[in-house]
Amino acid sequence: MKSLAELQAIRDRAKMAVNVRENSEAKTRVLVGMATCGIAAGARPVLTAISDEVNKRELHDVLVTQTGCIGICQFEPIVEVIDENGTKTTYVKMTPEKALRVVNDHIVNGNVVTEYTIGANQK
Amino acid sequence: MRELSLNVMDIVQNSVRAGASLITVQVAESKKHDTLTITITDNGCGMSAEQVKSVIDPFFTTRTTRKVGLGVPLFKMEAEMTGGSFQIDSEKGKGTKVTAVFRPSHVDMIPLGDIASVIHLLITCNPELDFLFTHSVEEKEITLDTRTLREQLEGVPFTEPEVSAWIREYLAEAEEELKQLS
Repeated sequence: MKSLAELQAIRDRAKMAVNVRENSEAKTRVLVGMATCGIAAGARPVLTAISDEVNKRELHDVLVTQTGCIGICQFEPIVEVIDENGTKTTYVKMTPEKALRVVNDHIVNGNVVTEYTIGANQK
Repeated sequence: MRELSLNVMDIVQNSVRAGASLITVQVAESKKHDTLTITITDNGCGMSAEQVKSVIDPFFTTRTTRKVGLGVPLFKMEAEMTGGSFQIDSEKGKGTKVTAVFRPSHVDMIPLGDIASVIHLLITCNPELDFLFTHSVEEKEITLDTRTLREQLEGVPFTEPEVSAWIREYLAEAEEELKQLS
């Protein structure tokens, strides 16, 4: 069983790590649409996949969070990636597999996965 | 929705948007009484009596990006189609409480699904908010209070990968234990 003592050990390790990392502020933000439409379309496994991959790769400067309905429900599940310089990329009709590629190609390596973007799926 | 836990995720978004700082999610199962009760309580901005009446209307929403709001009506319908009930109590400035009672033996019952992963995502995606989660089957109960975790963590955020993983595993283990006890 997970114990609070374990959590304290994690805390102490994390505190030390933060001291090493000078700037722990999020550089990239990942927003997953989690309104009724997004959830019904399967946003939860997408969010879990992103969150797991970000944790696994220990990407401390990536903030993964939820957002509401942005009004294009037919494209859900939607994932928006906002880069360090404020550029927003909107990925549509996501799946956990596609989401992993977005984390690896876009967030880690800086290459937008063009075929998953809204621009490529609008026709 | 395919799982009631997805409805929980959806309804909690209303609490988040209502500016709540503490959101309580309670799941209580009773095989004896054939009920599964989901209660979501928040200390957000609350609603007027008139608003409470209108949230069960699918064509009511406070959002401006679209004209429909399906979260609450969907949850209500899912409860009522099992022969259960649905209720919202809200007071302006105090908060809101949503209660849905299901009859698990009914053919139209939707499974609860992966509630542990929903709670984990809610906590890590809203690290500045506190959540109190309890899940009981008869008198057996598991609980997670982020206020206790926050105290232990002394400023280390819930989004820290190792912390997030701990919460995820803790919830999964607790759910598994509950399943075996019941």
